[in-house]
This record gives sequence, C-alpha cells and structure tokens, in this order.
Amino acid sequence: MVSLRPETVTKPVAAPRRPAGTVYRGHEGMWSWVLHRITGVAIFFFLLVHVLDTALVRISPQTYNGVIETYKNPIMGLGELALVAAIVFHAFNGLRIILIDFWSVGTKHQRAMFWIVIALWVVLMAGFAPRQLMVIMTEVQ
Amino acid sequence: MATTIEAPRTARPRRNVEKWGWIYMRASGVVLVVLIFGHLFINLVAGEGVKQVDFAFIAGKWANPFWMVWDGLMLWLALIHGGNGMRTITNDYVTNPTANRLLKGAILVAVVLLIILGTLVITTFDPCPPNAAPGTLDVSLCRALGR
Ligand code: HEM
Ligand code: HEM
Repeated sequence: MVSLRPETVTKPVAAPRRPAGTVYRGHEGMWSWVLHRITGVAIFFFLLVHVLDTALVRISPQTYNGVIETYKNPIMGLGELALVAAIVFHAFNGLRIILIDFWSVGTKHQRAMFWIVIALWVVLMAGFAPRQLMVIMTEVQ
Repeated sequence: MATTIEAPRTARPRRNVEKWGWIYMRASGVVLVVLIFGHLFINLVAGEGVKQVDFAFIAGKWANPFWMVWDGLMLWLALIHGGNGMRTITNDYVTNPTANRLLKGAILVAVVLLIILGTLVITTFDPCPPNAAPGTLDVSLCRALGR
C-alpha cells in the first residue's frame, strides 16, 4: 500500500523567484519597455515646459534671459544631465523597437540589441556627463 | 473529404487609424533621433554648453532659415509623437471612460495649443525688438539687418 505522507502532500510549494509561465516578465523585454515608457512620459512633460519657456522670446529679450538665468545653476545642470540620459535611452531603444518590428531577424536579436542600447547609452553618457559637469562647475564660479 | 472554410466576412473597408499611428511613431522616431541629437549637440555641447543660451544666441540661430525649419519640424514631430504615446498610455491605465476621455482631451488640447504657439514663436520671431533692454541683443546681427 502506498502511504502518502501528509507533510509532503500539503507542504506549500515555494513560489518561483521569477514569475513563471512567461519569458517576458522580469527580463530585458520588460525592463526596456518600462524604461521606454517612463522616459517617454518624462520627455513629454519636459517638452511642454520647454516650448512655453522658449515662447518668452516673444515677450522681450530680458524676460527670456531672466528666466533662463534662473536655470543656470547646478541643480538644473543635473536636471539637464538626467534629461539627456532619458532621451538617449528612449532614442536608442526606440530604434531597437523599430528593428524588432521591421528587421526580419529583429525579434531573435531583441535581447542582444537591448544590451547594445545600454552599451551605446554608456558610451554617449561617458562623453556627455564630464562635459556637462565641467559646464556646471564653471557656472558655480 | 474537403473541408470548406467560409470566406471571412470582410467589414466595410475602413481606414485603419491605429495602424497609421503605429507607423507614425516609428517614422517620426527615426527623424527625431537626428533632430534632437543635433539640437542637444548645438545647444548643450558645442561652444560653451548651456551657458551660451540666451536671447542673442537664439537670434543668431533663427537668422538662418535652416534652424527655423529644424526647430519647426522638431516641434511638430515631437509633440505629435509624444501626445500619441501619452494617448496609448492613458488607454492602458485609465479604465474609467469619463476620466479616459477627459485625459485624452487634455493631451490633445495641450499638443494643439503648443504646436500653434511654438510655430508662431518661430515664424514671428523678431531678433531686434524695440522693447529690448540694453545688452540683450546680438548687435552685429541687428546692424547687418539695418536695425
Ligand atoms: C537641456 C536641453 C535643451 C536645451 C538647453 C534646449 C535649448 C533650446 C533653445 C535655446 C531653443 C531656442 C531655439 C534654438 O536654439 O534652436 C530651443 C527650442 C526648441 N527645443 Fe530645445 N533644448 C533642450 C532640449 C530639447 C529636447 C530634449 C527637445 C525635444 C524633445 C527640444 C525641443 C525643442 C523645440 C521643439 C524647440 C522649438 C520651440 C519653439 O518652436 O518655440 N529641446 N531649445
Ligand atoms: C529621439 C527619438 C525618438 C525615437 C526613436 C522614439 C521612438 C519611439 C517608439 C518606436 C515608440 C514605440 C511606439 C509603440 O510601441 O508603438 C515610442 C513611444 C513613445 N515615445 Fe518616443 N521616440 C523618440 C522621441 C520621443 C520624444 C521626444 C517624446 C516626447 C515628447 C517621446 C515620447 C514617447 C511616448 C510617451 C511613447 C509611448 C510609450 C509607450 O507606449 O510605452 N518619444 N517612441
């Protein structure tokens, strides 16, 4: 007779560390999508403000210069750095999305392309960040 | 035995708005990479970086129709691209029909108003306005324009 030991039957199954039943959740595909969405929204709100502040040139040169002057401080300098970081990711990942959609083997290489996006992002930011930090430092003086 | 499959009932031919939105996101994206990277390079990296930005700097750029077209294209493409993306996101998260319609209405109004405003700013820009405070203008540009 087979004896079913109750403790082995009722023992709760440990939840998988990663959500099961999908190859998407928790992987590159999901994170690239999350980042693409967040950066897209951030850039949109930046652009709303950006068109409004640029429109100040139609009021008077001193009105525009006055507002832009308040932007020229380290906090805004770091904000610009963050904006560029967001736009560079969104742009490269957007090109990745386009390649996934139109390139015949794009879906096969989507994961590799995600890491290429990250690598390009690192290279561009490694070039831009020191430049921007230098500009910020000379502003402080 | 041959199985006959009923021909699919094709609906009345309809313009597929969502498909064109999908294509637009991709086409505008490709152009925007060039426009925005160029914009950021000229305004943020070249010369003295952001520090150089002021009224005279813009006057210098918009004295050239090339940059007027550049900025105008960027304005239209980016706002429609961003607005359409925000519409997708609203449809994903806002399930209440009234809130959904209100939010998308607000996005549409913002995009239309800013496109009109931004276009007017570029096309009616005066590099040497009479109300300018001393020291704010690009003097050599205004001289060259006979102002
Ligand atoms: C911190 C980074 C940025 C700086 C310092 C900056 C600066 C400027 C300046 C000085 C102008 C006036 C015209 C010109 O120089 O061409 C301008 C206009 C414009 N910028 Fe930017 N910009 C930045 C980022 C962006 C981004 C990321 C976008 C796109 C999403 C953008 C879109 C535009 C548009 C559409 C105009 C034309 C506005 C109008 O029609 O009135 N800018 N920007
Ligand atoms: C720099 C060049 C850009 C490229 C290559 C690009 C590319 C893309 C692509 C391919 C999509 C996906 C559309 C889809 O899944 O159907 C997208 C979505 C989006 N983009 Fe861009 N884009 C760019 C610039 C911008 C700018 C300037 C803004 C803001 C004004 C923006 C805001 C958005 C938003 C809000 C979405 C929706 C995100 C989502 O549905 O998850 N993008 N972009």
